[in-house]
Amino acid sequence: MLVPVEWINDYIDLKDISTDEFCDKMIMSGSNLETCEYFCQEMDKVVVGRIEKIDKHPDADKLVVCRLNVGDAEAAGIGEDGLLQIVTGAPNVYEGAYVPVALHKSHIPGPLHGQPKQEGGVKITKGKLRGVESFGMLCSAGEMGFDDKVVPIAHREGIWILDPEVYDGIEDAIGKDFAEVLALKQAVVDFEITPNRPDCLAMLGMAREAAATFDRKFAYPDTQIREASGAGKSSDYVSVEIKNTDACKRYVARIVTDVKVAQSPWWLQKRLMYAGMRPINNIVDITNFVMLEYGQPLHAFDIKEVHGGKIIVENAEPGEKFTTLDETERVLEGDMLMIKDAERSIAVAGVMGGLNSEIEDDTETIIIESANFSGDSVRTTAKKLGLRTEASSRFEKGIDPNLTEAAADRVCRLIEMIGAGKVCEGSVDNYPQPVSAKVLDVRVDRINYVLGIDLSREEMVKMLESLEIKVEGEGNIMTVTPPTVRQDLLEEEDYIEEIARMYGYDKLPVTLPKGNNEAGMPYERQIRDIAREALCGMGLNEIQTYSFVSPSGVDKIRIDEDSWERAFVRIINPLGEENSVMRTVLTPNMMEVLARNYSRNIDKVEAFEIGNTFMDNPINLDHLPDEDYALCIGMYGKGESFFTLKGVITELLTVLGIKEPVFVAESEYGVYHPGRCARILVEASPEMKAAGEEYEELGIMGEIHPDVAENYGMDGVRVYCCELMFGAILRKANTEIVYSPLPKFPSTSRDIALLVDEDMEVGRIEKLIREFGKPILESVELFDVYRGKQVEEGKKSVAFNLVYRDMEKTLTDDEVASVHSSVLTALKDKLNAVLREM
Amino acid sequence: MQSQLNKILEEAKAQLEKARTQAETDEIRVKILGKKGELTQILRGMGKLSPEERKETGQMANKVRSEVENMLNEKFEAVKKAAKEAQFKIEKIDVTEPGKSRTLGVKHPLTITMEEISKVFMNMGFSIVEGPEVETVFNNFDALNAGPNHPARDMTDTFYITEDVLLRTQTSPVQVRTLLKQDPPIKVISPGRCFRCDTPDATHSPMFHQIEGLVVDEGITMADLKGTLDSFAKQLFGPETKTKFRPHHFPFTEPSAEVDVSCFKCGGKGCRVCKGSGWIEILGCGMVHPNVLKVGGLDTEKYTGFAFGMGVERVAMLKYGVDDIRLFYENDMRFINQFK
Repeated sequence: MLVPVEWINDYIDLKDISTDEFCDKMIMSGSNLETCEYFCQEMDKVVVGRIEKIDKHPDADKLVVCRLNVGDAEAAGIGEDGLLQIVTGAPNVYEGAYVPVALHKSHIPGPLHGQPKQEGGVKITKGKLRGVESFGMLCSAGEMGFDDKVVPIAHREGIWILDPEVYDGIEDAIGKDFAEVLALKQAVVDFEITPNRPDCLAMLGMAREAAATFDRKFAYPDTQIREASGAGKSSDYVSVEIKNTDACKRYVARIVTDVKVAQSPWWLQKRLMYAGMRPINNIVDITNFVMLEYGQPLHAFDIKEVHGGKIIVENAEPGEKFTTLDETERVLEGDMLMIKDAERSIAVAGVMGGLNSEIEDDTETIIIESANFSGDSVRTTAKKLGLRTEASSRFEKGIDPNLTEAAADRVCRLIEMIGAGKVCEGSVDNYPQPVSAKVLDVRVDRINYVLGIDLSREEMVKMLESLEIKVEGEGNIMTVTPPTVRQDLLEEEDYIEEIARMYGYDKLPVTLPKGNNEAGMPYERQIRDIAREALCGMGLNEIQTYSFVSPSGVDKIRIDEDSWERAFVRIINPLGEENSVMRTVLTPNMMEVLARNYSRNIDKVEAFEIGNTFMDNPINLDHLPDEDYALCIGMYGKGESFFTLKGVITELLTVLGIKEPVFVAESEYGVYHPGRCARILVEASPEMKAAGEEYEELGIMGEIHPDVAENYGMDGVRVYCCELMFGAILRKANTEIVYSPLPKFPSTSRDIALLVDEDMEVGRIEKLIREFGKPILESVELFDVYRGKQVEEGKKSVAFNLVYRDMEKTLTDDEVASVHSSVLTALKDKLNAVLREM
Repeated sequence: MQSQLNKILEEAKAQLEKARTQAETDEIRVKILGKKGELTQILRGMGKLSPEERKETGQMANKVRSEVENMLNEKFEAVKKAAKEAQFKIEKIDVTEPGKSRTLGVKHPLTITMEEISKVFMNMGFSIVEGPEVETVFNNFDALNAGPNHPARDMTDTFYITEDVLLRTQTSPVQVRTLLKQDPPIKVISPGRCFRCDTPDATHSPMFHQIEGLVVDEGITMADLKGTLDSFAKQLFGPETKTKFRPHHFPFTEPSAEVDVSCFKCGGKGCRVCKGSGWIEILGCGMVHPNVLKVGGLDTEKYTGFAFGMGVERVAMLKYGVDDIRLFYENDMRFINQFK
């Protein structure tokens, strides 16, 4: 909401307050601002001039040479005839025109025509244009710093022509400072209006806030019509019937005769321009001015196009076709509220007028519409038509029906004031159910309690009254009646807020809550934190990727057609296909990140993500999907292998207290190399075991299938990934640590080398050694796998180190030999693993 | 005999002078003091002398021996030292060569920021609570006092799964879940992901992180809200940090406020980070609206509370000077590695 400070001064005198102070205090009383812009600050040596003579440029068709009267202005280059020569290319100059003249060595806000905005403005100096001397520049409104969308229609293309009809007294201003003559230097504050305060989308609303903030009186604008037109009453011309009283709460119509459509006077144009609207003509400008002033949208119909002198407010015929002011034909639906005359629709209520009843230059008599349409109705209509206007967005936010009459009167008063027409007596006001303010009891002690302060009733009453809230009752109870524009004041807490902001948030005391709490954290989060710390400790970097993904990700990682990974939770209104489903696995995102880094020539990456995955579960009563965290690791580059990844996973699981994970070869899962993939299992819980499950799966790991790598543009790159399910990890994790005493007795170590078939898994051998080494086998560790000389084709030699120890005594050679030989026998009998000579 | 002794001493002196290594020195020792050494021979031959001569020569021989021994010891020390020095010289390394890397991994900058913020609140006795990213419309809007026409409900603002299920637009639904589950005193924060229909650009991301807090108890006042957040700001940005509470509007709190902190880059003088104002907006907060407390079935006369929320990306961008929010989700290792 653009608020020119000068405009606020029309209602409340703030001239002694600096703009900075105005902004700061308004912010602290609840009117937050986006920006504060100072107009025409950089303007210097720009004067009013009159074009006395225009000659053709000798060498350029598109340029003319103007000779200007710049009065007493100190200007370089004034000729013997007392005139200043300036060359311009603007099409709209004429002899006798008053124009802004930027003299030699002047400064204008800029930007120059067709150029980008420059910080600090533009310097203008004399120069030659195609060989002809030019001692300055004639300026357009754009060059004076006004946005193209607010430049008046009258001189939108070309130089800012100062028509004496519009700019009262301009004839006497020749040679005077342009910015001073037009009072251009002023501040415009852009306030951020929150949805609870639609009343502040009006100059009067902001003036009311300013009055309360600075504790000053403010005056409502003049709405008193001075002269009767002698052309009868408004009701002689028009009748109003509201057929849908839910959607239209009030309709006020007034008649203006003898309309003279023309440019508005400068003071009116200026108000609109600084508030961000383009001056068009006096009638439109006045309705816009009053809309900005009161917050009440208004519309004017040409009465000769309102057939039968009737205004009927009712819903459209379904399928009806109607052309709006923007010359677009629209198909209406049955729930859209329309303004109709005796025969046809003439406007979409609260949204946009119809082309059929538009004001034209020859319009003589107009109907001023000041009506209140319900936000819901206008919202529905505007949405369905895809047509949001200044009026519709104001109605959507909610407007006080009690404004309509004053706003209509104000429009008429302004028309009368500038002589744009004659106002008929009285109005036609259809207001079926007048709206009154919500009266409420609020408690002084409650307000103090919530804010932690101790104000007296008198202090509170003063604050409320400054906001035009009437206070009655006595003692602790304040019976409050807000002005009806304040539709946000409905409950006690609304008044607590009013007191808080009027008192000043900065003055509220600063204390800490008295209660004591111990800080806690969900177990799941603790486990995630431990995992994150462990992985970072091992040198992996954490990544974070979007929870919503492209459904094609599972294609790229070669997930089977009917697999659970494709049971997506889908977003109805995604930004695009690439963010349209909730991820079921993290691997596609990980692959994307790896590929991105690879494409940026980063030669080695070790990364992980801990993130939510989503699975539709129709059983859930709240209709929410199941959410479970997953942990994904991805790596590529020098030194990476299946076993470096496996080492990371094993250490991670150790840190989480998950003992003895089992890695089982998996050759069917499309994501991974069929010979380099393992499912990661742990011993099942007793309950699962009872149900016949020996193992529970934690996740899967492996070398990414070369086709998958290729899908991500990583042809020939060996990529290693794993995806662990956090649900399973949580069930298995055990962060309790119990100390085992350090051994007091020595251990005995035995190295063995076994000759086994090539496809014999080391895991099986190890498991058997552990089984038969009980109870004195302390550890077993693979330390060599050998193929080649002295080992026949199809076989491999695997070497283990076994450590035996008894915690209670020193083992004898015989005791060790007995267990060790049973281990060797078992290896030979069960796995055909023959001891090699070391 | 005595002249022999003198000669031994002189020779020892001369030879030791020349000796350069431990071995050479030892050779000299053996030659003089060894079993068959020159001095040993003399001492052994003493028996043949008369008692007077023996006494005199004995004294002299002992003197020569101790002198030689001293010289040897000195020499041994010297050559050992020289040997070490020579070795040091050979073993000298270029200490400016790079170290063998043992790299620690890096947490994502958003994780780091969330942990820092969470730590501050946990130190003040806040517990962490969590909720799902896919939420009900009730928890995300209805229960938080957002009117049926609140613009945030629009399909242009919020991602929907069904009519009743959405991607949460704020972490506030966790407040609702907490109120439904737990009796006061409540003192929690909830960090997590949120989603809004924003096309990604330098300052917008359709997914982002928030940390929200909720305190509900008897006698909680707006002064407590100010005190808590002021303390938070000082702990996160430094003890000199000042806070400014500005009135604002949120559906689920009333009174509501936005909180600015004095710019931690320029200390409030005005710079590029704070756009010259000296203040940076960092938080939204307010006293919990009674309609929200009622969702938890609380007696709103007895219990009051406050709530607050902040965007993690925003804090991280300000703290680290990151100028494009998309960098957080690109996961370029050259970016991540900077947060070690």
